[in-house]
Amino acid sequence: MDLRRDVFQAIADPTRRAILTLLAIHAMTPGAIAAHFDSSRQTISKHIQILTECELLKQEQNGREIYYHFNPKKMKEIADFIEPFRNRWDDKFNKLEAVMKQYKTKK
Amino acid sequence: MERKTKVLAEDGKQDILITREFELPVELLFKAYVEPDIVTQWMGTKVLRLESRQYGGYEFETADPQGNILFRAHGTIHDIVPGKKIVRTFEMENAGFDVQIEFLQFEPLTPDTSKLTIQMIFRSPELRDAQLKLPFAYGINMAHNRLQQIANQLK
Repeated sequence: MDLRRDVFQAIADPTRRAILTLLAIHAMTPGAIAAHFDSSRQTISKHIQILTECELLKQEQNGREIYYHFNPKKMKEIADFIEPFRNRWDDKFNKLEAVMKQYKTKK
Repeated sequence: MERKTKVLAEDGKQDILITREFELPVELLFKAYVEPDIVTQWMGTKVLRLESRQYGGYEFETADPQGNILFRAHGTIHDIVPGKKIVRTFEMENAGFDVQIEFLQFEPLTPDTSKLTIQMIFRSPELRDAQLKLPFAYGINMAHNRLQQIANQLK
């Protein structure tokens, strides 16, 4: 229902964050990704599936192999999320500073 | 205007860290948090009650010109050390975010500048993320209120 919350859940897991870090460097096959972890291939495959569903990863068929790519656009969307929140507080604090500077000169 | 506020919200955690440096002596920065009429000026909300002491509490309210309440929040002050810190709870009413704990730390940098660090702790990482998304949620609420108003006029 809420895709954005799903993205946050996807990156909340340390293994999934490690997968994203690996794929940020270059595209890999599921086998090559799994080789980096102690977990079973099925577990890693489940993580890849979640990341793909949230569009953090993209699949690409290359001959008989499937390669997974990191989707930086989706990752930026997560970073952009904090920006409106930060702006709201920045506006409030600018106001605070202006109000108190005036208060100081009045004294 | 230069943006000086920093926000840190790490993946999967249930807190938000906000830091800001002010061109104000720490005493004035602290005053902006404890004097009701000053809080009103910069927060843009009506202060119904603000008892800046241990076991004290506060209630804020914002209404539109027609008197419809857009925002109501309240909390309890757990600890307060003048010029140094405030520990309080915060809850926005009817917003579904549950209560959060806020640790406010005030520090002098120079005689004329100071730093504020706020750590907000939420009940779960999901509730924290919902809070970060508030500009969107707020927009939805406003639309909903507007709908309600129109519906009331039809009655």
